[in-house]
Amino acid sequence: MSITTDTEATFAAFVDALLAMDRLAVRQLLTPFQGVERRMEAIERLVVPALEQIGWRWEEGELSLAQVYMSGRICEELVEELLPAAPTERPDQPTLGLAILEDHHMLGKRMVAAVLRAGGYRFHDYGQVDVERLVALVLQDRIDVLLVSVLMLPSALRVAELMHQLAQLNQRPRVVVGGAPFRLDAQLWQEVGADAMGRSAADVLHLLHGAARRSA
Amino acid sequence: MSRTSMTSLQRIQTTLGHQEPDRVPLLLLFTIYGARELQVPIQEYCSRADYIVEGQYRLVEKFRSDCLFNFCYAATEIEAWGGSTIFREDGPPNAGPPIITDVAQIRSLQPPRIAEATGLQRVLEVTRGLAERNRGERLLIGVVIAPFSLPVLQLGFERYLNLMFEQPELLEQLLRVNEHFCIEWANAQIEAGAGAICFFNPLASTTMVAPDYYQRVGHPSTLRCLAQIKGATAIHLAAGRCMPIIDLLASTSASVLGVSAEEDLAVLKRLAAGRIALVGNLNGIEMRRWTPAEVEAQVKRAIAAAAPGGGFVLSDNHGEIPFQVPEEVLHNLADAVERWGTYPLEWLRDEP
Repeated sequence: MSITTDTEATFAAFVDALLAMDRLAVRQLLTPFQGVERRMEAIERLVVPALEQIGWRWEEGELSLAQVYMSGRICEELVEELLPAAPTERPDQPTLGLAILEDHHMLGKRMVAAVLRAGGYRFHDYGQVDVERLVALVLQDRIDVLLVSVLMLPSALRVAELMHQLAQLNQRPRVVVGGAPFRLDAQLWQEVGADAMGRSAADVLHLLHGAARRSA
Repeated sequence: MSRTSMTSLQRIQTTLGHQEPDRVPLLLLFTIYGARELQVPIQEYCSRADYIVEGQYRLVEKFRSDCLFNFCYAATEIEAWGGSTIFREDGPPNAGPPIITDVAQIRSLQPPRIAEATGLQRVLEVTRGLAERNRGERLLIGVVIAPFSLPVLQLGFERYLNLMFEQPELLEQLLRVNEHFCIEWANAQIEAGAGAICFFNPLASTTMVAPDYYQRVGHPSTLRCLAQIKGATAIHLAAGRCMPIIDLLASTSASVLGVSAEEDLAVLKRLAAGRIALVGNLNGIEMRRWTPAEVEAQVKRAIAAAAPGGGFVLSDNHGEIPFQVPEEVLHNLADAVERWGTYPLEWLRDEP
């Protein structure tokens, strides 16, 4: 059977292969997209919608976090291996920062990082930081969109202080938060003053779509 | 036994027997909240058994909770394995860096000795202190982290997920070592006076791993542990979903299952009825900002969904009242349970 690149069957097979953690099948489905010029086609037609669908199905309780994590990780590995990036890829992408705020749980940020790389985005990975350090990094790197991951409720509440300090800047970034407290309390992201909330790691792709780059 | 003369323990035992007690039992699971009550820093509170005993007593009496809880923070177990704990001033302590830095260490990993672990000895001291003051009036709950969930702390979450799918033989070996510890630790708490053990297993939740994976890898470990724990047990999934595996969990020897705010409580009750009692499912994160009217609405919702016929204990859905929940909310919760949870639940007949 020949593998077509733009059919629903291919997409369904791609999702199935990710959920089965079948790297060989994922590799075979990405192989037709050879060459730098076709990388974004593979990302936009297969990788991004697949990760978005898997994230959505996790939110609905149909899939598990382990499947979401492994799907993101497999896409991240194989996209970087099989589909080398062009230097001018996503030239209008916003300058992104990704951080864990005053929390010791790494998995959420790791999953967002995998999704971003698989989606062809570059970003500043700030690791685990406190509010003051994060504000300084945002200023230094002229961040357009700041992605903040937390697991613990006290850390989620610290976003309010982050937003307060960012508001003192001439031009503050758009702040997208994610993590269990925000998922379990749908009003929390607004209460702490964030601009948006991702319910799963893959939500970030949707939230970044069309995000404006701050003028240089 | 008269419905009007029940102690907290009788109230819980009756509902766990799938009968209606005098009122719906209320389990407010306080961990570090006692530090707030005693007005001491969280780290200091967690380091002293006498503080924890006093904190528990003051809180259960103040908020009319039907149980005592010997648990303060999960990293106590990881301290026994050689790990550390990171405290913060406004929330639960976290485990420090993973104790297993190279998965090859699993091959020679030995379970810790309970007698030599300071943190575990403190928990046993708390348990004995609570049991002595309790004199059988309330259910005293101890906690173990399930062997299938402990690796999150031992390895870090990402490396544990990688181990699951890339080196299953090492995971099996780790489960066996963890089971040895888990059973011994559970039985030590029972011997110290715990009336039941909460088998804390968030990784069993279908929010975390696929149902077939849990059934194949995690559930055999659960069964091996429950078979050797010499007391009543409850399974708690820490706010994770359980509906796809509820038959599996209901078929164990556990008497109680902690359920999530993300699933339909009435459906869960239908699936579990007569087999395993449910505990839950108030949203502990949202609870922080509930008005009196919201508290009442949430209590009524949960009672209407799961309390008829017994087999239900009202609690938060994660197994811990967050430090940030105002006392007023907890007072309102207790009032609402008295008002709407007293059996027979005649008000339900008038509900649409």
